[in-house]
Amino acid sequence: MLWNALTLQLGYNATLVTIGATLLGIAAGVTGTFLYLRKRALVSDAISHATLPGVGIAFMLMVLLGGDGRALPGLLIGAAVSSWIGLLCVSWLTGRTRLSEDAAIGAVLSVFFGFGIVLLTVIQTMGAGRAAGLESFLLGATAGMLFNDALVIALGGALTLVAVLILRRPMALLAFDPEYAAARGINVGRMDLAIMALALAVTVIGLKIVGLILIVAMLIIPPVTARFWTDRTDHMVMISGLCGGLAAWAGAAISAVAPAMPTGPIIVLVSFGLFVASLFLAPNRGVLAAYLRHVRFQRRVHMRQGLLALAQGQPIYEAYTVRLLNRAGLAQADGVPTEAGRARAAKALRDEKRWELVRADQAFESAAALYDGLRDIETVLTGDQIAEIDQRIGGPQGVAS
Amino acid sequence: MSGEEFVPLSLTPMLIGVLAAVACALPGNFLVLRKQALIGDAISHVVLPGIVVAFLITGVVAAAPMMLGAAGAALVSVVMIEAIRRLGNIEPGAAMGLTFTTLFAAGVLLLEQSDTSSVHLDVEHALYGNLESLIWLDAIGWKSLLDPVALAGLPSELGRVVIALLGVCAFLWLFWRPLVLSTFDESFAQAMGIATNRLGVALVMVAALAAVAAFDAVGSIIVIAMFICPPAAARLMTNRLEHQVAWSVVFAVLSAVLGYVFAGYGPLWLGFDNAVSAAGMIATVSGLILALAACFAPHRHRSRAPVV
Repeated sequence: MLWNALTLQLGYNATLVTIGATLLGIAAGVTGTFLYLRKRALVSDAISHATLPGVGIAFMLMVLLGGDGRALPGLLIGAAVSSWIGLLCVSWLTGRTRLSEDAAIGAVLSVFFGFGIVLLTVIQTMGAGRAAGLESFLLGATAGMLFNDALVIALGGALTLVAVLILRRPMALLAFDPEYAAARGINVGRMDLAIMALALAVTVIGLKIVGLILIVAMLIIPPVTARFWTDRTDHMVMISGLCGGLAAWAGAAISAVAPAMPTGPIIVLVSFGLFVASLFLAPNRGVLAAYLRHVRFQRRVHMRQGLLALAQGQPIYEAYTVRLLNRAGLAQADGVPTEAGRARAAKALRDEKRWELVRADQAFESAAALYDGLRDIETVLTGDQIAEIDQRIGGPQGVAS
Repeated sequence: MSGEEFVPLSLTPMLIGVLAAVACALPGNFLVLRKQALIGDAISHVVLPGIVVAFLITGVVAAAPMMLGAAGAALVSVVMIEAIRRLGNIEPGAAMGLTFTTLFAAGVLLLEQSDTSSVHLDVEHALYGNLESLIWLDAIGWKSLLDPVALAGLPSELGRVVIALLGVCAFLWLFWRPLVLSTFDESFAQAMGIATNRLGVALVMVAALAAVAAFDAVGSIIVIAMFICPPAAARLMTNRLEHQVAWSVVFAVLSAVLGYVFAGYGPLWLGFDNAVSAAGMIATVSGLILALAACFAPHRHRSRAPVV
């Protein structure tokens, strides 16, 4: 059953919804990347909450004009207009008053949402049961979606995706270096608005599927996930789109099979699953990789200190050091060095002395800068240079008795 | 309007609204100044999963376990935001958005999966509360305020909001100086020996306490609005923190009272016969106050930015 849904063999509408959700997920992931890189991820929260009054007003207008209040295109236009107003309020509050952006976002989202709730209660009293569909915009619902609605979503998702792909280069430039972007002739203010407009498009199209509270997650979680895997913008955009698409596809398919599972939350939780996997498993930036790096570093420090201690005939009290030396065949379990251990220890001590000279000599300044107590001197200096230093150290000397 | 009608039907909801608004606006002042305004947003979203989990564990809709659950969820979310920020090296805004949407999604899913149809527990209620239903049926007029029998019938939400407000006031009174110092100059506060990190967490937990108590009575949308709008409007009125706090209390009270009155009686004045959502209206009024402040308040501009 689930397999049927995943492979799009579960009826025409379910297929269309799944495709639409997937396109939307990809568009959201790609758009969200630029929001995230511009450090304005939470603006999407204000955008999404600000759609509610628009939905309410559009519904009332359509009913007053004698139409069906639940016609999706009309509701989406209303949502877009009111969230655009919300967006302008955020930028006006941050630009013209002393309020910081987070306060402006919070104020806009709560006030618009509150006003939307007021409108919803007005609608409830307006006419019988026809308003029943509007609550679904809070949390989204794909069950019982009409063919036309699904078509609107699929088309909208595709169009947004195309727009993002066209604008991706100037947006990436803007995200990293606004001044350089301005010098290249990009209108920074307008491009910022374009990013917001794309986020707004994703939000409005996603309203019906995931609802206005959770659509934020589709814009935030995939980029954060993608950031773990790469340091390149173009890769990040692709990975983020992939994560977003994957989560939306799985979410839509799962909820098509089990109607009790609402689409929005499933999409968000799948997305979060991908995030957690990346947080731990990603190479380089992942937690596991960082832990392994730490363990390896620790081992090198212990090895080095252990060898130096062996060379100077000092006892080693650290059990971990002894264990490491023993495992490497350099010392016995009680800390007494083996033959190989003595040789390595002598070399470690000699390297330390070489470093000492290198660091004291201005001529080796650039090499000395690389000293961190662990680096092998052979990786920094040539054989000739080492030979020269060894000459200064001189051979073994007798100890005065 | 006569006392026979006003006291049982409107006094307690209005009082609860006012107290909840003030309880949220007080810590909100510091959250806004510390640029942590959206913590309130995050907390009020994660209250839902906390309440659902508390319900699933205990099986009853009772105040105490639910408030514990909500407080637990607030704590979990703060820890989770911090963990994601540190472990993944992710900017705080994104970590916050990630955390609260995920927890909220989990809450919605749990709610849909569990059999809660028989009890009054749904997402809409969590979002916009039910201020209008907190009536005081035992009251017959102003005299009831002195009648111990009638007073025993006060809605229990009132008591919890009062306790939360007292808790918030006590926290602010006890930690006023360190709080002010660490808000305006964190390094100086650290040099003075103030544990600024712990103080920050304490502030968030106090905000969570206010949010949970207010949420129980009025729903999460008011909570967010009251955390941010009155303090933000007050910020535009003055440059002195004491005055800002006072202004924010005034604005909070004003929004709650006006919002409640407009919601309950506004439609009647306009000729409709049904009231609209009080919680939504209170948030709307607070937004209008902020808009007025942003247009006319004396200190609305940044101090260095010239008037354009």
